[in-house]
Amino acid sequence: MRLFTILISTIFVNNYVVARFLGICPFLGVSNKTETATGMSLAVTFVVTLSSIITYIIHHLILANLGLEYLQTIVFILVIAALVQFVEMVLKKTSPTLYNALGVYLPLITTNCVVLGVAILNIQEKYNLLETIVNAFGASVGFGLALILISAIREQFEIIDIPEALEGFPIALITAGLMSIAFLGFNGLV
Amino acid sequence: MSGILYPIIVLGGLGLLFGASLSLASKVFAVETNPKADEIRQALPGANCGACGFPGCDGLANAIAEGEAPVNACSVGGKPVADKIADIMGISGVEVVRQVATVLCQGDCNKAKNKYVYNGIMDCRAQNILAGGSKSCSYGCLGCGTCKDVCEFDAIEIVDGVAVVDKDKCVACKKCIDVCPKKIIELVPYDNQVVVKCKSKDPGKVVRGNCSIGCIGCKICVKNCPVDAFTFEDNLAKINYEKCTNCGICAEKCPTKAIFSSLGESKVAV
Repeated sequence: MRLFTILISTIFVNNYVVARFLGICPFLGVSNKTETATGMSLAVTFVVTLSSIITYIIHHLILANLGLEYLQTIVFILVIAALVQFVEMVLKKTSPTLYNALGVYLPLITTNCVVLGVAILNIQEKYNLLETIVNAFGASVGFGLALILISAIREQFEIIDIPEALEGFPIALITAGLMSIAFLGFNGLV
Repeated sequence: MSGILYPIIVLGGLGLLFGASLSLASKVFAVETNPKADEIRQALPGANCGACGFPGCDGLANAIAEGEAPVNACSVGGKPVADKIADIMGISGVEVVRQVATVLCQGDCNKAKNKYVYNGIMDCRAQNILAGGSKSCSYGCLGCGTCKDVCEFDAIEIVDGVAVVDKDKCVACKKCIDVCPKKIIELVPYDNQVVVKCKSKDPGKVVRGNCSIGCIGCKICVKNCPVDAFTFEDNLAKINYEKCTNCGICAEKCPTKAIFSSLGESKVAV
């Protein structure tokens, strides 16, 4: 039951993008088309889940044992960067289809703050390994949900009349703000 | 001392470990790339327009190198690029038929009737949502210029409410073809002077009521063509461009002038 609560809470109530404001850069950067947004969401799901597991193990086996919790940020970044590179190489060799589907988004998310945010929050919330996996998966599904929703809205911008001063990013930011308010409606769900 | 020693060992150790495993992985998981693909990639225009149907110029270069795509698959580069790629692949004497996008509608403001007055957003896709656009003919050009907006080569102009493609500027990137909600833009060989500029599948009587320059399906062109280049389907005449000799007889005989011929124009122009 607790796992289910974590899942629902990270997807809707504490959505990493519209409630915790992490990963805003890809949220605005690759949300012009639903197609690219889907590719990005898939890549994020893949990397967030995998990196959460590895950072969890490294934190509890090495950092916590030596009392080096303050190295968390830099070590996690190192882990994520190396992991993304490694995953890219493995995918290129073993599964060209998946590699092509994820495309440029895989290396792009090395510096996505959702990845680091989820890894750090997993430790802060004192989740065990199973809860960590569920939380990471939920976080990336929530990220994908927000990204695909806004990309669907932004596709419509192409054919409607927008005041000249608001064209491009201003209207995207306003939309993102309104989406965030809408997501606040989930408060109290869990 | 250990206060500074452990962080250095842990961080340095992790860094070394990751670095070593990455360099090992790059050896183990190395993917062989076709050297021909790189050369072909250099020869391609590099616009990543996607007109060939492959994901960007890299995708096409790989496909050509693997033999999955013909050497003349790049329509933007045309003959010069096809020749270069043919050299790289060791194939010679490939013919490239230059194609241009053509709007198959001539129903401008004077010739086609409207069923309502459209005052909305100037975008064909938006107009098309509203009962299929303002033109009485459901196969007609809506004239809002969405194709003109997507054209990166300034090849499209709106003349009297109908889009017209400049044959010499068009590189056949197919962007307008994809964006047109009416699907009335098609690729036609550049050398072809005679085109049936109508897509209406309505019966002749309906076409006559809607537009004075539509194909009414009288089959006069089919009967008069000396080389049997016409096919007739769904009340609409169609030219087989491979058979057509550009004699212009069909355009002369066509009672509504739905068959467009630029034969006379080029004589005047010279």
